[in-house]
Amino acid sequence: MKRTKIAFAVTAVAALIGVAACGSGSSDPLASGGSATKVGAGTIVVGSANFPENALLAEIYAGALSAKGVKVDKKLNIGSRETYIPALKDGSIDLIPEYTGVLDQYFNKNAKATTADGVYAELKAAVPATLTILDKSAAEDKDSVVVTKETAAKLSLKSIGDLAPHAKNLTLGGPPEWKTRPTGVPGLKRVYNLEFKTFRPLDTGGPLSVQALKNGQVDAVNLFTTDPSIPANGFVILDDPKSLFAAQNVVPLITKSKVNPTISAALNAISAKLDTATLGELVKEVVIDKKDAAVVAKEFLTKNGLG
Amino acid sequence: MTWLRDHLGDVLDLAVQHIYLAGVPLILGLLIALPLGWLARRYRALYPILIIGTGLLYTIPSLALFIMLPLLLPIRVLDPTNVLIAMTIYTVALLVRTVADGLGAVPDAVNQSATAMGYKRGRRFVSVELPLAVPVISAGLRVAAVSNVSIVSVAALIGVQQLGSLFTDGFSRAFVEPILVGVVACVLLALIFDGVILGATFLATPWLRAGKASG
Amino acid sequence: MINNILAWLTDGAHWQGYDGITRRLLEHVAYSVTALLIAALIAIPLGLYVGHTGRGRFLVVNAVGAARAIPSLGLLFLAFFWLGPRLNGDIAFLAPAGLVLVVLAIPPILSGAYAGVEGVDPDARDAAKGMGMRGPQVLRHVELPCALPLIMSGIRSGMLQVIATATIAAVLGLGGLGRFLIDGLATQDFPQTASGAILVAVLALVVDLALALVQRSVVSRGLTGRYGTVQTFDAGTGAEPPAPALQPSGSEEPPQSGG
Repeated sequence: MKRTKIAFAVTAVAALIGVAACGSGSSDPLASGGSATKVGAGTIVVGSANFPENALLAEIYAGALSAKGVKVDKKLNIGSRETYIPALKDGSIDLIPEYTGVLDQYFNKNAKATTADGVYAELKAAVPATLTILDKSAAEDKDSVVVTKETAAKLSLKSIGDLAPHAKNLTLGGPPEWKTRPTGVPGLKRVYNLEFKTFRPLDTGGPLSVQALKNGQVDAVNLFTTDPSIPANGFVILDDPKSLFAAQNVVPLITKSKVNPTISAALNAISAKLDTATLGELVKEVVIDKKDAAVVAKEFLTKNGLG
Repeated sequence: MTWLRDHLGDVLDLAVQHIYLAGVPLILGLLIALPLGWLARRYRALYPILIIGTGLLYTIPSLALFIMLPLLLPIRVLDPTNVLIAMTIYTVALLVRTVADGLGAVPDAVNQSATAMGYKRGRRFVSVELPLAVPVISAGLRVAAVSNVSIVSVAALIGVQQLGSLFTDGFSRAFVEPILVGVVACVLLALIFDGVILGATFLATPWLRAGKASG
Repeated sequence: MINNILAWLTDGAHWQGYDGITRRLLEHVAYSVTALLIAALIAIPLGLYVGHTGRGRFLVVNAVGAARAIPSLGLLFLAFFWLGPRLNGDIAFLAPAGLVLVVLAIPPILSGAYAGVEGVDPDARDAAKGMGMRGPQVLRHVELPCALPLIMSGIRSGMLQVIATATIAAVLGLGGLGRFLIDGLATQDFPQTASGAILVAVLALVVDLALALVQRSVVSRGLTGRYGTVQTFDAGTGAEPPAPALQPSGSEEPPQSGG
């Protein structure tokens, strides 16, 4: 009897210790599920949305800050904007790469500006009190409505507005959040008067969306303009003459209280060196060449003297 | 499999996180399920309530629990404690019935002999009923362990880092290797948990072995 | 909070249309029932064969155990990359998820079937042979009916597993109740997510109840007395933990491996 109890107790204690040790041993940035209380006062937690380009930008920010001696923790692939902005507000993350146009429309129900500078100014005013944006980059990654070459030819499509007479027979695909976003389905109706037959929620400009377009599951899909699958599959980006998608310059969104001269300098330097072509190239390396975002980020930083 | 070779460290880190998120709830869940199972046995009226109640908990989709818990509890959105609590709830839901049935499987004659020998209720529970219930409870624990390893991977959809993150990262880049590695790692991890519990059960039930040796 | 959820659920507009609850509910039921039927068609004969002849027992026990550990999310993505590019049209959505649903439903049903046949009272088998029945006749007239409780238990576990996994399958753009979870998550619309969760839970409970009724009507009354015996679990058989005493609703198998 006694042996049983001892054996049981020893195993239980050993298991407890082992598991607890495991839990506390995870201080590596990749296993960054650690609770926020372990994060030191000077640490910046960099978050990202759940698509590769954003994770790449987050890695670039994190790398540049580390190089300048700032302690960095990463929480990548959180989810959609609707999911990570609350995390930013409650302090779970401090910094995230964003895009001026959609962010402006997220904070500002009456967003009107469409030019790069106009959107930036409007955004700066609309950002909540606890947050702030730093310098914007020339690099842009916009939402777009994309169709196959065949569809464009068959329906003579050049711009989004050309879809208007055909939309009621067509299926639109996009990320689930597009159903309610001002730049999504409601925006397409408001600006271009498009009412599609159905909207199929897919993923955030990822393989599900690409395949759905390729295989004819949807007729038009939302992809990002830097997506290497567009040229790879001969897809056609429809023009956006009414600037529904506005300017979408990459910009760091950060908790105001965490900003200091070192951090702003590092992040602004990145924004200065990044342009759309470079961004597209970097995204291609991650998505098509299957290189690690962290590795691609490091190469970019080293090449530009930032890492 | 060059990807695995280059990323072995990262995969191991994620595995450690995974062990934490799947393993701690096993222990916590067992500790909570033991008194609940005992209550279900002791007070007949509670048995259906507890069993149906925990059964209901189990039908809540894991993704839903992961999303909803930050709302119901004062935990921050990205804290993996959400996942821990959700997993503990699932483990308890699974184990309460197992504990109740394990305790119920102890023959009445044994309980009565123990009482006749002077064992008070508490000591009888710890020294007689619980050890005899170990085989059944351990079976339930093994099922819970394997189930936990699987469910935790879904937490990748809310951005919690563990082996499931290999799935979402691989998917978003149309990169199959991380996904394969993740699936195999999860299965291996489940087998390891299973083995550890089997081993502990083996150590804790010497009388089962004694019977075979002398037979 | 509860008010918001109730408001969402009772809003008539949420029940109609392409995204409506009615349609998603029907989709979910359709996916689940189809997958379960296919899985049962594969698993029950296989389980009966293994239980009756004892061949392949080792393989089945271990395969079932390992299969329970496979994370459904990972399997879904793998199936997508394997099947997706080869198909065109809507089938490209349904096939990967369908495959995974079937694959994950097979282990519990297989386990129930073979454990059921294995666990048949040897006296009953003996009596059947004594009456002059040959192997297949023993299987059909004695072993199968006696195995029904565990087979039904396996089917109920499998059903819950399928319903749970079909919820996650929404990440592949599928319909069903999982859409409310995934879309609610993406837009942080918690009443939607919560409603989706409640609907899935209710569906699972209703279906389990229905299957319990089927079990009651299908299992011979002479057998239900058997539930009085609670066997101590032998870790070696790899069978499901035994149905608890006096409880015809014996679904101990966790429905949500990765669900």
